[in-house]
Amino acid sequence: MIKAEGLNLVFQTNDGPVHALKDVDLGIDKGEFVSFIGPSGCGKTTLLRCIAALEEPTGGSLTVNGMSPDEARRNRAYGYVFQAAGLYPWRTIAGNIKLPLEIMGFLRSEQEKRVNNVLQLVDLEGFGKKYPWQLSGGMQQRASIARALAFDADLLLMDEPFGALDEIVRDHLNEQLLQLWARTDKTIAFVTHSIPEAVYLSTKIVVMSPRPGRITDIIDSPLPKERPLDIRDTPEFLAVAHRVREGLRAGHAYDD
Amino acid sequence: MRSAVPILTVVAVILGLWYLAVGPMNFRLALDAATRGGEAVTPATPDEQSETGLIRLMLDNPDVLPAAYAFERPRLPQPQDVVVEIYDNTVGLARGCEWQGWGAESDNWTGLSDGCLRVIENRRSLIYHAWKTLAPTLVGFAIGTGLGILLAVGIVYNRTMDLSVMPWAIASQTIPILAIAPMIIVVMNAMGIQGLLPKSLISSYLSFFPVVVGMVKGLRSPGSMDLDLLRTYSASRPQEFWKLRLPSSLPYLFASLKIGIAAALVGTIVAELPTGARFGLGARLLSGSYYGQTVQIWAALIMAAVCAAGLVWLIGAIEKRTLTRLGLVR
Ligand SMILES: Nc1ncnc2c1ncn2[C@@H]1O[C@H](COP(=O)(O)OP(=O)(O)OP(=O)(O)O)[C@@H](O)[C@H]1O
Ligand SMILES: [Mg+2]
Repeated sequence: MIKAEGLNLVFQTNDGPVHALKDVDLGIDKGEFVSFIGPSGCGKTTLLRCIAALEEPTGGSLTVNGMSPDEARRNRAYGYVFQAAGLYPWRTIAGNIKLPLEIMGFLRSEQEKRVNNVLQLVDLEGFGKKYPWQLSGGMQQRASIARALAFDADLLLMDEPFGALDEIVRDHLNEQLLQLWARTDKTIAFVTHSIPEAVYLSTKIVVMSPRPGRITDIIDSPLPKERPLDIRDTPEFLAVAHRVREGLRAGHAYDD
Repeated sequence: MRSAVPILTVVAVILGLWYLAVGPMNFRLALDAATRGGEAVTPATPDEQSETGLIRLMLDNPDVLPAAYAFERPRLPQPQDVVVEIYDNTVGLARGCEWQGWGAESDNWTGLSDGCLRVIENRRSLIYHAWKTLAPTLVGFAIGTGLGILLAVGIVYNRTMDLSVMPWAIASQTIPILAIAPMIIVVMNAMGIQGLLPKSLISSYLSFFPVVVGMVKGLRSPGSMDLDLLRTYSASRPQEFWKLRLPSSLPYLFASLKIGIAAALVGTIVAELPTGARFGLGARLLSGSYYGQTVQIWAALIMAAVCAAGLVWLIGAIEKRTLTRLGLVR
C-alpha cells in the first residue's frame, strides 16, 4: 500500500541543511497497523507528512496505493489525524465531521448518514450538536478521528493522536482504536513516543533514530490480532517491548 | 445592572471635575465684567489683571467666584446648562406631540401631529442634526468596511498587493483628514455630487483602515495545522477562504468594526467643519463657535458622544449575536 525506497528529505534552514529523513526503505501492506517510534526529531512526523503529500521528499521514491502521494491525496487515499484535535470551534462536532465531506462534494443526505456512522464508530452518538469546547480532550480527539474516517479512506495517518491525554484515557482510546481497526479493515500508520502503546497496537513497529532521521529496526509483532489490555503483561508482549527498547538504545549509541 | 455602578461612578467623577472647572475657567470673564461694573477688585485695572496669575486673582477676589458660575456667556458652561440645552432641543420640542390616528383629521400623512415632526424637522432639533450626521456616517462606514475587507482579502491572497497596499494604507492615515476633506468636497462638487456622498467618502476614508488591519490579521490567524488539515482534503482556495479563513477572522473583524464606526463618525463631523455645512453635528459645532455659544457646542459634542456610544454598542450587540450563533462565545 505504501512503498518508500531510498527516501531522503533535507530541509534547507537558516542554520544550514537538516537531514530529516535519510535512505528510508519501508513497505506497508494493506490492513497493517504500523507504529513509528523514536526520540524527538527523528523524522516521524516528516515521514508521515511525506506520505500525506504535505512535504516534498528531496530524493528517492515514494508511492501510496501505487500512485504518487499527490495523486493519492486527490484520490482521498488517506485521513490524517493531527496531534491536537484541531476541530474548528465555530462548527459543531457534526459540522466538523462534515467539513471534509462538504469539501469533497458529498450529497447532503449522504453527509448526514456518514456523520451518524462515524460518530457511532468512535462512540460519540448524541454529541453531534455539541461544540468542541463542550467535550473533554479525549472526546475531541475521538471526534477528530471520526472526521478522518468520514470519507472512508483506506489509510489512516495518525501523528501522536493521544500524546496530550492522560494514561487512563489513552488506554481506553487505544483499545477502541484497535477495535475500530479490526472492524473497518483499514491500514493505519501511527506515530507515538510510548513503547507499550506501540507494541500493544501494532502489527509492525518501525524504530527510528535522529540526526539524520533514519529507520534502525523494523519489528513484526508476533502478538495475535485479538488483544485485550492485559496482554501487556504476557512474556510475548514484554519480549517485543524489550526489542523495541534495544532498538531505540542502539540508535542512540550510533549517535555518540 | 452590575455594570451601571462603575459607569455611574465615572459619570459622577467627570461631572464633579467639570463643575469644579467652571469657576476657574470663567473667572477672568467674570472679573472683567466686575471691573467694568465699577466693583472694587484687586488689582484694579484690566492690564494688571492680565499679568496676574489665575490662582492669585481667585484668592484676592473670592467675591467674584459666584459670578463666574452664573456667567451669562461662559467659556465653560455648567453641566446642567448643557443638559437643559440638550433637553430643549430634543424632547422639549416634542410638546404637543400626539398620535391623531390615520385619516382626514390628522395634520399629515403620518398620523402624528405636527408637533411631533418638529422634533425631527426643526432646525434647532439636535435629533435632526444628529440624523444628518448619522446617515453619511452609516453609508461611509458601509463603504469603508466593504473596501477594507476587499483590500484585506487582496493582501492575504495576492503577494503583490501584500507588498504594495499596506504602506499606502498607512500613508493615507498620516494625512490630516482636515487637509483633504475640503478638497474632496470641492472636487465632488465640481463633478456635481453634493449632499450625503462627499461626507460619506470622508468618513469611509477614516473607517477602512482599522478594518484592513484587523481583517488581514484575522484572515491570517488560522494556524498551520488548520491549513494543513484542509490541504489533506485537497481543498481549493475559495473553500479555504469560506470554510476557514473567513470564520476565523470574524472576532478580529468585529473588534475593527467598533473602531471603524467611531472613526466614521469623527470623519463625518470633520467633513462638516471646513465646508460650512448647514446641517449636522459638525455644523452645530461650527455655528456655536462662530457665535460664542459654548452651550451649543457642548450639547453637540455630547450628542456626538452619545451617537458614537450607541453605534459601538450596536456593533457589540451584533457581534455577540453572531459569535454566539457561531459557537465562538460560550
Ligand atoms: N518545516 C521544517 N523546516 C525545517 N526543519 C524541519 C521542518 N520540519 C521538521 N524539521 C526538522 O526535521 C527534523 C525531524 O522533525 P520531525 O518533526 O519529523 O520530528 P519528529 O520525529 O516528529 O519529532 P517529535 O517526536 O518531537 O514530534 C527535526 O530536526 C526538525 O527540526
Ligand atoms: Mg512529530
